[in-house]
Formats: sequence, structure tokens, C-alpha cells
Amino acid sequence: MAIMRYAEALNAALREEMERDPTVFVFGEDIATYGGVFKVTAGLAEAFGDRVRDTPISEQALTAMAVTAAMTGTKPVLEIMYADFMPLTLDALINQASIYNYIWDGQVTMPFVLRTQGGGGVGTGAQHAKSLDSLVAHIPGIKVVAPVTPADAKGLLLAAIRDPHPVVVLEHKLLYNTRGEVPDDQGPVEIGRARTVHEGSDVSIFATSRMVLEAEKAADALAGDGISAEVIDLRTLRPLDLGAITASVAKTNHAVVVNEDWGFCGYAAELSATIMDHAFDDLDAPVERVAALDMPIPYSQPLEEVVIPNADRIAAAARRALA
Amino acid sequence: MPANRPTLDERLEMHRRMLVTRRIEERLGEMHKAGQTRGPIHRCDGQEAVGVGATAALEQRDYVTTTHRGHAVYIGKGLDPRRVVAEIFGRETGYGAGRAGHMLVADASRGMIGGNAIVGGSIPAATGMALSIQILREERVAMAVFGDGAAQTGICHESMNMAGLWKLPVIFLLEHNEYGLTVHHTAQSAVPELHVRAAGYGMPGVQVDGNDAVAVFQAVADARARALRGEGPTLIEARTYRVEGFSTSDMGGYQRQEDIDRWKARDPLLVSRAVLGEEADAARIAAVEKDAEETVAAAFEAALSDPLPEFAPHAPSAPYANAGGGC
Repeated sequence: MAIMRYAEALNAALREEMERDPTVFVFGEDIATYGGVFKVTAGLAEAFGDRVRDTPISEQALTAMAVTAAMTGTKPVLEIMYADFMPLTLDALINQASIYNYIWDGQVTMPFVLRTQGGGGVGTGAQHAKSLDSLVAHIPGIKVVAPVTPADAKGLLLAAIRDPHPVVVLEHKLLYNTRGEVPDDQGPVEIGRARTVHEGSDVSIFATSRMVLEAEKAADALAGDGISAEVIDLRTLRPLDLGAITASVAKTNHAVVVNEDWGFCGYAAELSATIMDHAFDDLDAPVERVAALDMPIPYSQPLEEVVIPNADRIAAAARRALA
Repeated sequence: MPANRPTLDERLEMHRRMLVTRRIEERLGEMHKAGQTRGPIHRCDGQEAVGVGATAALEQRDYVTTTHRGHAVYIGKGLDPRRVVAEIFGRETGYGAGRAGHMLVADASRGMIGGNAIVGGSIPAATGMALSIQILREERVAMAVFGDGAAQTGICHESMNMAGLWKLPVIFLLEHNEYGLTVHHTAQSAVPELHVRAAGYGMPGVQVDGNDAVAVFQAVADARARALRGEGPTLIEARTYRVEGFSTSDMGGYQRQEDIDRWKARDPLLVSRAVLGEEADAARIAAVEKDAEETVAAAFEAALSDPLPEFAPHAPSAPYANAGGGC
């Protein structure tokens, strides 16, 4: 068991998979010589030559190229530097990647991974701080994972590379330097399985990405009030682990959903509706939603802190659910 | 005789495939008028020499991706006319089992992957296939067929820049039919000759007569050889003309009759037959033409009596995981 940084765990997954499978290649902006702006790809170019490529600033074409490279014998892992640039990739995701396996009756598979990172918290401003989870999770045919721990970062990236279908890996800029235990034999983590962070009996908090850490802080605060909160890290945004969600709601009868994307038409709205669709009879109160405020992400710290969800807002939502 | 000169047998086969395509287009036009087709059909008649001539210069293992107007490319790449027609009529026996429709036909076993109904979509698609070929160090090429309308998209620039930069084994075949939707190319491009743009991407740009299948074949054969030598991409501008409307739903009225007449006088089938007539005897040409007619008649008869598909869910698209099922 090693203690690793989240970025190191991702790097280990890429390195292992490139060693194991010569069809895996990695490309994107600043990723080869510089090793990636968050150092996830550090050292790979030295080890793997032209299977690790710096690219021009051409997100739209790069994503479309990954789609067809993945249909013709390679396993591309494309890094899109910020989730805010994902709108440039959307034609490739919506009109290309997500459709071919279905419309061509299984003639092609597409082991394509798009890695990107989102989220606020460090003053990167309105074009470098968004979470656009709902944009990609909306698309049938695209899987979306969002690891929080270093172990899951490695395990979910391994699973994504080995998956025969397109997978978007949503990382978070505030997680790259977090540390955690990663088993020496950490293998793929099954896509579509939630993780119970800790069990509770009064209210279920379903969280994604860095919001899991805020949910844990909220659970600690709630414990001080005598409230037992169950925190569940969804890990996979699509496909969703419906069984884990309904089982937890059946136990606590109260649900809070937390996601850093915007609230209106956002991922938290989908979670909320899903719980209502599948666990309504187990609810003693309406589902509480916590999400970013519906406005551009501001630069200045006191402004940004209001817009991005945090532990206080999550704890308040739990108290409302129990009121 | 240079290596890129098609043999007489190859030219007879190109003639046959162009005629197969023509008869499919004509039949679809008639059936659309009779209300027997679904959605718009984008006919490529008058442009067969580009799709058929270009694909004839490729090997089966080479990849091709084309436009929403791709019937000539499908037939040229050797797809079964019956299964192409079956896909157009939404049948179980179609290349996509009726899920794709006429703009998105693919036969991966023949490298035809596939039609693309997003204008410009084929350009990065072939570039990505070429990147895969380069990474795997394979002996094959990828070809993008796209129109003058697609040449105005931003993704065209991005793709050609990377193809030139990395010397990818890709052929950019620009099928210049003078129209993007219903708007003439002079209202869409700052330059009338689009092959000149190749200079900006460090690749050769050549222009050919797009109504002469042999000329298209030769340009593609040269570009293929260049790509296989590791010298990178080529931009080929094949000049042709869209004699029909944008699609079967196009009401027309914006094309000059004198232009249509001028181009119809240089119909790819007339050009092909005139050249063939100098070398092949009339009976051989007649036999090839009879075969094409019979092939298309049989394709429609079989396809129209093929079963319609039954709906089934698509597991990789499903929103919820099957616990333990690996999804």
C-alpha cells in the first residue's frame, strides 16, 4: 500500500496501461514535454515516444480524431485541459462518439477516453472553473466517471481505458494534490458502482467529485448535532448506481444531492428526479438539492465562495430535509 | 504505363459502379416523389466519378469516410447495393440494421466507416484514422471525402494542420460541386480554387476534373503512394457540379439552367463510355451496363421485401448500471 497524490495515481494508471497494451496512446495540449499542466502525464513521453503527443490547440478536431482512432485499432486517451473547453468537443461526443456502436449495429466499438478537469476554488475565473457534468452525462452512449480518491482515480481510469465504449473522466483541479492510499495491486474499479464513504441512519448525502469531501465535512458537523448522515460517493455519473441510491434512501428516508455543476437543468436535478422516480415511497421529505448558483463563476475569492457549494450549504440542506 | 493508370478491367468496373450508383439515385428520386422514402435523400448523380474513381484507387483495407451525399463512395468501396438500399429503406438487412439511414452507412469490414451527416465531420474522422494507422505503423491510408461547403468549417483547418504537421497517411478529397446547401461557392469562399489552401498546411494541393473517373483515380493513386511512403497528406480538389437539388426536399430555382446543361453534357457516364469505347468492344461495355441495371433492379426488389427491424434497447447507452453486470 502506497500513499500517492491523485495526480500520481492517474499517472500510474496511464503508465501501467501503456506498458500492458501497445495500442494505448495519450495526446493533448502541453502533455508530452511539459508533462501536463497538472503533471498527470509527467515522464510518459520519455517512456513511450510518439505514443505521447503534444498537440496544437485544436480541441474540436482532436476529439473527433480520437473517435475514429478508437474505431480503427487504437485506444486514445485525450486530455482536454479544462472542462470549460468541453463545448468545443461536443460535436464529436454528441454526433460522433455516442452513436456509432448503435447505428452501425455493433460493427465498431470505441475504447476512447476523454480526461478533463473542472471545478472552482482557486480563482481561475469564468472560463476555467466550471463543472459541466450534466453536459456530458446527458448523452446516451457516453459513460462519465468522477473519481475522488487517488485509489479510485487509478482504478476508474484503468477501467475507462479498458472499456470498449467512450468514457469521460471528470477530474477536479483541487484534487490533484490530495493524497490517499492506493493498493499496490490497485486494478480497475467497476464503472457504475457507488462507494459508501461512511454509513449513517438519518439522511443520505449523495455527492460527486470534490463535493464528496465537502459532504464528509458536513456529515462531521451534523454528527455534532446528533444527526447520523450517510455519505455516498457516486463515482460514476453515467451509468448511475441506482441500486445503491435506493438502498440508502430506504434506510434513511431522507436525501440530499450535491453536485458542483449549475442547479438549473443540472446533474443534481437529475439525481433528485431519479430518487423521486425510484424511491418516492421511502422519502419522508422532498429531496434537497445543492449545486452551484446559477450564474457565471466569479473570480474574486469572496464571490466565488458564495457560488460554489460547500459543507455549510450541504449541512443546511440536510437539516432542512430533516426539519 | 504509369502505375497509377487503371487497367481496362478496372475502368470497366468503375463504369459499372457509376452506373449502379446512377440507377440507385434515379430510383430513389422516383420513389421520393411517390412518397415511398423517409426523410430527405441527398442524391449524388452527376458526381459519381469522384466517389467511384477515388475508391477504385484504394485497397479494401484502406479507410474511407464520406459525406451525407455518399452513395457513390459506398458503391465504389464495394458495398453490397442490396444492403445499401435496405438501409435506406430502414430494413433489418441494411448495413446498420435500419438504425443509420442513407447518410450514415458503414461497412467496417471494407473500411467504409462511414457516411457522416455533420458537414465537415469526415475531415477529422479520416485524420483520426490516419493517426491510428501511424501509431500502429500499418500499411494503409485513410481518405476523407468532403465538399466545398465542408471546406469552410473550422475543423477542416484544425485537421489539415495536424495532418500536415504529423505527415499523417490521409487523403483529403474535396468534392467541389459548387454548392453548400443552396448557396453558390462564390458566396461562401474567399478563394474560388480550394486546392490552393494546401500550401498553408505543408501538403501538395492538386486539382482534377471530377467528372473524369480516370483522372480522379490517378490523383488518388498518387496521393496514396505518397502517404504510404510516409510523406503525408494530399489535398485533391475534384471539380464537379451538383445537378440535382441539395436533397429531395429542395424546391430548386437557384441554379442556372445553362450551368446544369453544360455539366450534363460532360456527365461522368458519358465521359467514361467515350474513353472506354476507344479500347473495349461494344459488347463488353453493353454487358457491363446490363449487369449494372440488373444489379440495381434486384437490389431494390430484395431490399423492399426485406423485414423491418424490431426494437431492442442498447445496453451501452443505458443510464443505470446493472450491478455486477459490468454494464
